[in-house]
Amino acid sequence: MRFRHSAIRLVLAAALSAFVPGTQADLLNVSYDPTREFYKDINQQFAADWQAKSGQRTRIQTSHGGSGKQARAVIDGLEADVVTLALAYDIDSIAERGALLPADWQARLPNHSAPYTSTIVFLVRKGNPKGIKTWDDLVKPGVSVITPNPKTSGGARWNYLAAWGHALKASKGDAAKAKAFVTALFRNVPVLDTGARGATTTFVQRGLGDVLLAWENEALLSIGELGPDKFDIVAPADSILAEPSVALVDKNVARHGNRAEAEAYLNFLYTPVGQKLAAKHYFRPSKPELADPADLARFPKIALFRLDEVFGSWAQAQKTHFADGGQFDQIYQSK
Amino acid sequence: MTAVDRPGRRRSRRTLPGFTPTLGFTLFYLGLIVLIPLAGVFFKASGLGFAGIGQVIGSERVLAALRLSFGAAAIAALLNAVFGSIVAWVFVRYEFPGKRLFDAFIDLPFALPTAVAGIALTALYSENGWIGSVLAHAGLKVAYTPLGIVVAMTFIGLPFVVRTVEPVLREVERDLEEAAATLGARRWQTVLRVIAPAVFPALVTGFALAFARAVGEYGSVIFIAGNFPLVSEIAPLLIIIKLEEFDYPGATAVAATMLVLSFLLLLTINLLQAWTRKK
Repeated sequence: MRFRHSAIRLVLAAALSAFVPGTQADLLNVSYDPTREFYKDINQQFAADWQAKSGQRTRIQTSHGGSGKQARAVIDGLEADVVTLALAYDIDSIAERGALLPADWQARLPNHSAPYTSTIVFLVRKGNPKGIKTWDDLVKPGVSVITPNPKTSGGARWNYLAAWGHALKASKGDAAKAKAFVTALFRNVPVLDTGARGATTTFVQRGLGDVLLAWENEALLSIGELGPDKFDIVAPADSILAEPSVALVDKNVARHGNRAEAEAYLNFLYTPVGQKLAAKHYFRPSKPELADPADLARFPKIALFRLDEVFGSWAQAQKTHFADGGQFDQIYQSK
Repeated sequence: MTAVDRPGRRRSRRTLPGFTPTLGFTLFYLGLIVLIPLAGVFFKASGLGFAGIGQVIGSERVLAALRLSFGAAAIAALLNAVFGSIVAWVFVRYEFPGKRLFDAFIDLPFALPTAVAGIALTALYSENGWIGSVLAHAGLKVAYTPLGIVVAMTFIGLPFVVRTVEPVLREVERDLEEAAATLGARRWQTVLRVIAPAVFPALVTGFALAFARAVGEYGSVIFIAGNFPLVSEIAPLLIIIKLEEFDYPGATAVAATMLVLSFLLLLTINLLQAWTRKK
């Protein structure tokens, strides 16, 4: 009997130790999908910089996935030291529901905690056969628009809000007209993918749709990957300033005792090296004067409006448009 | 230890030894793996109260999604029951070149990551895909319609029917058929009176498994469905949407409803099976 017990204990111990990672990263950055290459570069540069300054070697791990899913993972216990997500609302949720960082986190870093920004542009088929130039072209009959479901994709919320903001400005603040515009736009959407990746697959691989609403950085990146002979980027005259936000997760860094390093990591994004890398990876740097002018030249001129100007705040935009029974749901109810 | 201290008290009642520890282990294991997580779902949903759950479930959109999920799963399982048994029949009764290879293909839907299956099916059935373009000429749209959902569910459900029917079919001996023939039965009589009754319980099990799998399927369906509210939005997607809104009680209410409905259906199927066995 005794022998058997100790044998069982041994097996259990072996099984458990298999789950405990032997070496852990010093810093976990929980990010969203298209930042993979960007943060790979950042991590490398930061590690060198950190070692030069503090004499410590450091290993940074980055996790990527849909922004909303990543936020929920952090709320549910993924021990992120810093979060770098697609929209401030996701970090708001971590602050509100997980109480892992203060509600005023956005004021702690320059430029509303957005070290780099982007916007929403149109990816069209080579030669732009449907002649799509502006937002108003998207609601024309016969134009097929690919955009994911804003209920399940954070990126798609920027698409939706960009369209709404454009229509609101064009009609001088008439919300009914804006709603009619966005409704007409979604009538032209043949499939509501659940995420940005799925929408890109639909557009690129399935060959479905005339125009893909996409983040500028992703559009520029995919042109590079898929070959410029297949697609063109069309920059509308006006669009939304998409601010992917970054924040320190106070509770987690307190537990890990790496606050100084996490702070240095986020501040590093605002340094000349960080800003240069952002521009290199097609994000618009918040301090363009620090970036390489050749990289900056790739960004088209677009009149950008901030979310706060049009919708007040993310919380309000979320409540009005994307909550259960909100404006977006109404588009499909009235069908 | 108690069993050793007081020999004979329990031992005499069971012919097989080790009943108590194995039953204990079974209950513990079932509880840990199945019942506790499921109880969690009901616990979360119960925060809403009956009226709240009713309100969530009663909404037009949830009802449409549940109808779609269960309806499409039933159609897919029926298709699989019919064609899966034909496939099983062919595998059991005939020899042909490459049989082993085809036999392995049957299990692929088990092994394939569902997202891969979904993307592959969408590529085939979208309007510029191999199959989709042909069907489009006939005016039939499959990808991004409820029909696409049925296709994906049929794909993932096929091995369940084939693998449950196959061994039973193998047991039905040819002698029986020959005996039926010598007794003057026509071919259709042999099929209906001799083979069908033997295979039916296994077929029902296969149907139930394929159905249950299809109802909960998310990964492969999501790519081909189109995901339009009220039209091609399956219930599992609605759960994800509610989670995305941090509406955990609402999400679990839908989940609990799916569980109860599935459980009732599977129970009915099991009872039906027991009844046919007895007959």
